[in-house]
Amino acid sequence: MDPLDKLENQSIFILREAYKKFDKLAVLWSMGKDSTVLLWLARKAFFGRVPFPAVHIDTTFKFPEMYAYREKYAKEWDLNLIVGTNEEALARGVNYETTDPVTVCHQMKTVGLQQMIAREKWNGLIVGIRRDEDGTRAKEKFFSPRNIDFEWDYKDQPPELWNQFQSDYDKDTHVRIHPLLEWTEIDVWRYVERENIPMVSLYFAKNGKRYRTLGCRPITKPVDSDADTIEKIIEELKNTKISERVGREQDHSQRYAMQKLRAKGYM
Amino acid sequence: MDEALRIVFVGHVDHGKSTLVGRLLAETDSLTPQKIRQVEEICKERGMKFEYAFLLDALEEEQDQGITIDVSQVYFKSSRRAYRIIDAPGHKEFLKNMISGASTADVAILLIDAEEGLREQSKRHATLLSLLGVKTILIVINKMDLVDYKKEVFDAIRAEYEKHLASLKITPRAFIPLAAYDGENLVKKSQKMPWYDGPSLLETLDGLEPPASSEDKPLRFPLQDVYKFDKRRILAGRIESGRIHAGDELLFLPSGKTGVVQSIEKWRPPQTSGACPPLREAAAGESIGMVLEDQIFVERGEVACLPATAAQVARSLFVHIFWMGNLHLEKGAKCVLKLTTQEVECVVEAILKVVNSSTLDEISKSSRSVAKNEVAELILLAKKPVAFDPFDAVTETGRFVLVHDRQVRGGGIILKKAEPFSAI
Repeated sequence: MDPLDKLENQSIFILREAYKKFDKLAVLWSMGKDSTVLLWLARKAFFGRVPFPAVHIDTTFKFPEMYAYREKYAKEWDLNLIVGTNEEALARGVNYETTDPVTVCHQMKTVGLQQMIAREKWNGLIVGIRRDEDGTRAKEKFFSPRNIDFEWDYKDQPPELWNQFQSDYDKDTHVRIHPLLEWTEIDVWRYVERENIPMVSLYFAKNGKRYRTLGCRPITKPVDSDADTIEKIIEELKNTKISERVGREQDHSQRYAMQKLRAKGYM
Repeated sequence: MDEALRIVFVGHVDHGKSTLVGRLLAETDSLTPQKIRQVEEICKERGMKFEYAFLLDALEEEQDQGITIDVSQVYFKSSRRAYRIIDAPGHKEFLKNMISGASTADVAILLIDAEEGLREQSKRHATLLSLLGVKTILIVINKMDLVDYKKEVFDAIRAEYEKHLASLKITPRAFIPLAAYDGENLVKKSQKMPWYDGPSLLETLDGLEPPASSEDKPLRFPLQDVYKFDKRRILAGRIESGRIHAGDELLFLPSGKTGVVQSIEKWRPPQTSGACPPLREAAAGESIGMVLEDQIFVERGEVACLPATAAQVARSLFVHIFWMGNLHLEKGAKCVLKLTTQEVECVVEAILKVVNSSTLDEISKSSRSVAKNEVAELILLAKKPVAFDPFDAVTETGRFVLVHDRQVRGGGIILKKAEPFSAI
């Protein structure tokens, strides 16, 4: 079987398991390439529809192109879009000019998500992280529980054998479901190319720069690149020695920053 | 592009797994300069020489304590194909993590420290790999530099381990003497061990055939869910083995209901319509939907087969299990057996034999319980009939996990349907 078909089939299997096992299920959508591929796979798994809400935890610091893209495809794909923002932190003046990136990320993303979960009572949350992005994500499971304080107990994760996923927890625990865990960055782009999935224009080079990942505007830096088509992006990734999240400041602001963020509930 | 081969590295905690994997990544040019710089900094701060193991161990505690806590997965490429490496912890404490990692592997590489020789964990890991059904196993005798690359040391460990493996019916594909830190026999053949005429580890891996597909086995299509999003009633699931065609008459087990496949369904985006005729056929590994000619009531857990090559159905199963729970599994205990999408309550009817998974010594013939990290032969009695195959016949429907107190605590394989217990 073609490697992309294999990944697609496995992801669909996981999405269908999640849909069967969690009565309050949602998918996180950041408008980035990974979570958009995730929505595409959900449409495949459920024959053209996404039968649960697509949730954008909006830090309000994203690029204008991302907001435009969100509105366009939420409508075109008939998504049940839910946008959540940590208004309380914004009101307190949490932003990138006054506060360090790890704190802003925690407040606007993790706490923002906590508030939404408290309100919507989701017990299953589908997230588009991949193992090749970061060493701590490399240790993730397909079904990964988070307690009421959102903590990830990475030292004692449930075993996952033979596609049997543990899904039965107390009501205060929610489970993160990771259907793209085994995909790599280049797999995602090959799939985008094959399936002709629309992407935010920021991924494509303009004036010698492009964004390899999309996050908050003040702390996401473009990389040098002339790749202005998917083909060229794939070619670039085949040869690059630069890690994907190099342009994401919050990861690099201190050692083990991702571990600390993720242990507290960051995606 | 060939499919990536999944390899798991297992071995005792100090036998150098993470170093080997780190060095392999470095030699195959699979690391980013940032990652190498990051590890250089950590090592400098701690006043130690470059530690390849840190390339994999992402958690602060792992780098502090020098032990892998949870499974890491990383990727690399040779000139032949892509690999996905699963670096599993070797600590007894983290055995369930090692099992999780190894359960998805095509190839297992067992590491033994030449200086220390076989340890309890080396033997235990082999036992577990045989139960997990990992068919291709390579043995690496590592740290040969510490024993002056002596052939006698290699031969002695090899002879002892071969004996243990033979009792598990495991025939390794190769024994490779290696020094991971210095890269001897890792990627290229070492000049330091002229007495060894086999290929290096990477050359050995490149020479392996891709794993056999389950397409040619009997059809097993476990239902995952039934969707009624529109007027169609779609039976959704993944084909675990075999092939399915429109027009096939299917037998659903354990219920025994039958139905004829009207169509095989997959969704494609509207703009590609035109170019997308209905599917006539699908094979193992594909997640599909299926519509039957006549509506019958079947639900998640039923396994669709072809009548001529149907699965077996029984309530009483003779199984081998490994136990990962802190609490002992007692005779009479109630568990949920999860086999493909079937979930059935069952009771441990009999514990026939408990073995220490490292020594393979029989602990007891009439034991009343199975402790953590032990392996046992049991009879499980399910509340309702279960559709299954003996593990040797169809892997995917011959293995299961045991959920105890809502936690996955055991895994195992089915040998056969058990006779009524009184007859044993």
